[in-house]
Amino acid sequence: MAEIRLKSLAHSYKSKPTSPDDYAIREMNHVWHQGGAYALLGPSGCGKSTLLNIISGLLSPSNGDVLFDGKKVNDIPPEERNIAQVFQFPVVYDSMTVFDNLAFPLRNMKISEDKVHSRVIEIAAVLELSDLLKNKAKNLTADEKQKVSMGRGLVRSDVSAILFDEPLTVIDPHLKWKLRRKLKQIHEQFNITMVYVTHDQLEASTFADKIAVMYGGQIVQFGTPRELFEKPNHAFVGYFIGSPGMNLIEVKKTQGGLKFNNTLVSLNPEMQIALDQVSTSNIKIGIRPEFVHVWDDKAEGAFECDVLHTEDLGTYKIITMKLDGEVLKVRIHEDRAVPTKKAYISFPEQWLKVYVDEYLVDIEEPEDEAKETV
Amino acid sequence: MQRKVRDNKAWFLVLPVFILVAFSAIVPIMTVVNYSVQDIFDQNTAYFVGAEWYREMLRNPALLDSLGRQFFFSFSVLAIEVPLGIAIALVMPTKGRMAAVSLILVAIPLLIPWNVVGTIWQIFSRADIGLFGYAVNALGIDYNYTSDPTAAWLTVLLMDVWHWTPLIALLCYSGLRAIPEAFYQAARIDRASKWAIFRHIQLPRLKSVLVIGVLLRFMDSFMIYTEPFVLTGGGPGNSTTFLSQALTQMAIGQFDIGPAAAFSLIYYLIVLLVCYAFFTAINQLDKAK
Repeated sequence: MAEIRLKSLAHSYKSKPTSPDDYAIREMNHVWHQGGAYALLGPSGCGKSTLLNIISGLLSPSNGDVLFDGKKVNDIPPEERNIAQVFQFPVVYDSMTVFDNLAFPLRNMKISEDKVHSRVIEIAAVLELSDLLKNKAKNLTADEKQKVSMGRGLVRSDVSAILFDEPLTVIDPHLKWKLRRKLKQIHEQFNITMVYVTHDQLEASTFADKIAVMYGGQIVQFGTPRELFEKPNHAFVGYFIGSPGMNLIEVKKTQGGLKFNNTLVSLNPEMQIALDQVSTSNIKIGIRPEFVHVWDDKAEGAFECDVLHTEDLGTYKIITMKLDGEVLKVRIHEDRAVPTKKAYISFPEQWLKVYVDEYLVDIEEPEDEAKETV
Repeated sequence: MQRKVRDNKAWFLVLPVFILVAFSAIVPIMTVVNYSVQDIFDQNTAYFVGAEWYREMLRNPALLDSLGRQFFFSFSVLAIEVPLGIAIALVMPTKGRMAAVSLILVAIPLLIPWNVVGTIWQIFSRADIGLFGYAVNALGIDYNYTSDPTAAWLTVLLMDVWHWTPLIALLCYSGLRAIPEAFYQAARIDRASKWAIFRHIQLPRLKSVLVIGVLLRFMDSFMIYTEPFVLTGGGPGNSTTFLSQALTQMAIGQFDIGPAAAFSLIYYLIVLLVCYAFFTAINQLDKAK
């Protein structure tokens, strides 16, 4: 059983990092609770695999500590950390049978052969590999191989966390959902902490209870899929999550609100007060395409836009509009009439987010969950 | 529906290849076959003797001795060079400047012309002025490759190991580099020992390069000529006279074209047969499990 805690953790691949850009992982504090199903979501090169390898011990961090159940494990090699890791490309021992593959970690631990046998049979049944036990691992399909690599983690009774590094990359689309469901099922059955690295938001949100979004070597938000969608804590989360991502427009502070080109977006008083203390010029407003309100006709306070084009995606449509020189995406239900040439839109106050230096200006009651510290 | 045309016109398309192969392989071999079934006295006098030369060659004690020596030599070469080459590949550095330096150092023997290799070892192993020969004698071991058949044989073997182990090492090195890092990481997490990593990850993945290495080394060592010719000239006695040299003596030295041709063909068939056996054995080994 393990709770994984990262304390002031940072990592650089350079021996003498000078600027923050030299860090693959910038200083972070984070907790993965025992038994949770987590996803680590982010674009390529954001440091998610680095973070995973630090947790498993394949990499040792330049700064800070990794704690398992409060115990520092920095100096403990991966083989003694009670974790299993499943890699992007399935790792099987080609020359062995499926049975021997699954038995391999147990035999390396010098466990008696009859115990090995019963454990392998048990895990093979869970993974639906029972019929393949006598086959050579080399001849398996990619998804079966990936199940075998996962199985090597599950057979060990000492494993308390499994780390997945984009495990479905090489799996055929029609088998992906099957394997993902299997993962979920195993998670419920075994009470194991699972951390799942992916760059696919759909994969992350179907697998995980909570998602950590990584960007530029930092976890910029940790929350449920819904929180990430409705209240992105960082402009990147808004842009990265959702299809299409959040509309983000650079704005300037002005009397009575925020302004871009000749368009003034008015704000509520609390937001106005919050922004008064801000000195930076990096301010953006963000609104999800789903939350842009489209009026049927000219309406008071609505902005007039030019409709550029419309994509019909079956159950919904995406309209691309131009508002005072800025391009916006708007998502409407399939039954709604699509405005031609001109459209009138407004930004409902509760869905209009303001980002200062990329971070959300949060004027509601702060929710501590999102920024859990050690 | 298009009617299928059935005629032999496609043969015209492969004709150029046939002509090329005919001139590069079939014609020269048939010339040898032609020699091997005749007794030739001069340009105008030749008698057809059938399989006589073949029968004679297979009973020739000197040639059978060289054949035995040759087999023993080739298998010794494989038995030493393959494990040694793998071992060298395993310890070679993989990153940084040392990787480049070690690659160059390992590759050097492969770049030296074969007769130069023979000359180098000829001098290197001399008991009077050669560093190696002198050092061995200084250690109290009586070593003189020009008079002692065993010493001569071991020197030829050592020279071949020095010359060709790098080939196996480089092949294995490239094979090892092709193994994704994830395999080693997974093995660590599975608590595999170094031996288990070698046995279950590295060795299976070296198989294809080793097949090439073993075949190349067998064929080359079985046809070895230049280096022992320069080093020992086949002596002392006939102790280091391998097949190629025996054949050359017969064909060029004594002008026994007929018997030499018959023996060439037997030689050729042996190489072909052994390579086929190796190849099949290694492939079967894979399927059996």
